[in-house]
Amino acid sequence: MIKANRRKLDLKNGRVDLSHGAGGRAMGQLIEDIFHKAFDNEWLRAGNDQSAFMVPGGRMVMTTDGYVVSPLFFPGGTIGSLAVYGTINDIAMAGAVPLYLSASFIIEEGFPLTDLDRIAETMGDASRETGVPIITGDTKVVERGKADGVFISTAGVGMVPAGLDLRSDAARPGDVVIVSGSIGDHGVAVMSKRENLEFDTGIVSDSAALHGLVAGMVEAAGAAIRLMRDPTRGGLAATLNEIANASKVGFRIDEEAIPIKPEVAAACEFLGLDPLNVANEGKLVAVVAPEAADAMLAVMRAHPLGREAALVGHVVADDDCFVQMATSFGGGRIVDWLSGEQLPRIC
Amino acid sequence: MKYIDEHRDGRLAKEIARQIAALADPARSYHFMEFCGGHTHAISRYGLEDLLPQNVQMIHGPGCPVCVLPIGRIDAAIALAMRPEITLCTYGDLMRVPGSNESSLLKARAAGADIRMVYSTLDALRIAEAEPDREVVFFAIGFETTAPPTALALRVAIAKELRNFSIFCNHVLTPAAIQNILESPDVRKLGTVKIDGFIGPAHVSIVIGTEPYEFFAEEFQQPVVVAGFEPLDVIQAILMLVRQVNDGRHEVENQYIRAVTRFGNEKAQAQVANFFELRESFEWRGLGEVPYGALRLRPQYAEHDAEKRFSMVTTAAKDNPACECGAILRGVKKPANCSLFGTVCTPDTPMGSCMVSPEGACAAHWTYGRLREHAKAFE
Repeated sequence: MIKANRRKLDLKNGRVDLSHGAGGRAMGQLIEDIFHKAFDNEWLRAGNDQSAFMVPGGRMVMTTDGYVVSPLFFPGGTIGSLAVYGTINDIAMAGAVPLYLSASFIIEEGFPLTDLDRIAETMGDASRETGVPIITGDTKVVERGKADGVFISTAGVGMVPAGLDLRSDAARPGDVVIVSGSIGDHGVAVMSKRENLEFDTGIVSDSAALHGLVAGMVEAAGAAIRLMRDPTRGGLAATLNEIANASKVGFRIDEEAIPIKPEVAAACEFLGLDPLNVANEGKLVAVVAPEAADAMLAVMRAHPLGREAALVGHVVADDDCFVQMATSFGGGRIVDWLSGEQLPRIC
Repeated sequence: MKYIDEHRDGRLAKEIARQIAALADPARSYHFMEFCGGHTHAISRYGLEDLLPQNVQMIHGPGCPVCVLPIGRIDAAIALAMRPEITLCTYGDLMRVPGSNESSLLKARAAGADIRMVYSTLDALRIAEAEPDREVVFFAIGFETTAPPTALALRVAIAKELRNFSIFCNHVLTPAAIQNILESPDVRKLGTVKIDGFIGPAHVSIVIGTEPYEFFAEEFQQPVVVAGFEPLDVIQAILMLVRQVNDGRHEVENQYIRAVTRFGNEKAQAQVANFFELRESFEWRGLGEVPYGALRLRPQYAEHDAEKRFSMVTTAAKDNPACECGAILRGVKKPANCSLFGTVCTPDTPMGSCMVSPEGACAAHWTYGRLREHAKAFE
């Protein structure tokens, strides 16, 4: 999946470190050299956040996701609502209609029941609001110190509308890149509540379920959508690089066209972060056939979660799969994966 | 962002670029070194070199404290952190810096060492106060900019009688290093390019002022322009340097007047002088031994000096022999001229000092500019 030369994993003496969970190259290597090697099959090899397979009623997608965000409660959400929305979004990025979720809880001894209740309530609210029920679950308690409060892992299934087949390798030169709204909100909202880092800001997480927005896009111009991704961990930069590598193309994007809230830009400025690397939980990136760009933007902007949708660049032929950006300053640069971690446990 | 966007205005940049192109004498070339990694990062992140004429070239200097920290100091910190009584507090950017044998603080932590990422010296003090049974060591690095907060931490620790708090001091000094680049026989032996002027650091100069550069501007007949870290600051500084070169001047000019004065922050300087003294010599990764280029705690604070308190030993460790960081830091080579660049040495698996921090010349080029070597770059 990623081309840069790299050293092999040291399976004999090496240990997992935080960079293996950061969504960058180190994590890609861990997944490829350990999990893909052990589980190898055509679905995993496709490298999507979900996999599709045939069932008697059509094409079904399945996804699974783990949530370890710290703090558990942050402006705009909780680990519970995040788990529901995030799992729905992984299904929705295949253009699918999400149907059912599962949730399993790993809880640390001593965790306050009132917090657990609040997490479950927000999860229930999210599930009812989105119309996607949580129909099965599991509960485990581990000794104090063996987990950090609560971790949630989920699974979800959904059905893909007939005729739709979105694939991560489908981007073609000339296609346009649309983001559904301002980037970096979630990451900055979570960081603003981190111990030792607390700062006052009005920014709330963008955590939201995107299946409604996606349904409108699919209905209006499903055939023009090449693929969609939600730019979570690693931000827009990681997502564009993943697509570029999967599709064997490059991108040219325009810094001035990327929607970023001034508060988010300011927080990134003093934290020394690049908003392009910061996580989102309620945004999508769509690669779309150029002739459908205007229609797609209009459909997206008509939905509350796509009001600030913007065309930020286009796909170019590039065997080296570079994501290039024209800076607002007037120069050019690469937009790369982040090396190592920016901040752990953002989702 | 008010007060930030104004310094990133593309139209103003274009106008300054036009003036540079008009003033730069086509019959000669201009090589300017931006000493500081903050400038290197700004130049790469905003694609500033795309706005300069071919004959105005930037050399990315050694002003990145993470980059110039020798492997031996990382090894010593890892060895210390592995001791069961030690809690090592460090800024995040040191976590991945490679020591010997592919070690790093990140890997030491995975192996059980108590290493905590902090955002300020005060976080480290807080840990020392909350956990009196732990030996809390702050891994202090940085130039004149970060030395005052370390001095402040020491002052607070002494006032609060935090006997379990100590400092592993790796603070280094800018003027000594610039001078070393210009005059050291070792550096000359290794080869240099002719440097026509320096962009002086922003934050460092807020503390030390512009006066410390006056000696070598005169002595080495080198123009210096102290500049801010925003891209318009940098491109304006380049214009000021081109003018000085064309006029045959070698003065210290201050582009960053909104923050820098001639004598700097004298209170901060006094704090540093209270607690620190000069080291006769200190190794800079990529440059070798730099005389009077670093600080250590004064002997009366030995109790808080981790090197003394824990009898730390720094053993010399060599960089990979194919690594060209030394030549790159002196401007003799470009990152792409190194056979390790982008093959075995990337920001994920850095081998040389210039790749370890986003402010290093190689990391900046890899992250933002490596497709310049490809024909289709930024058409």
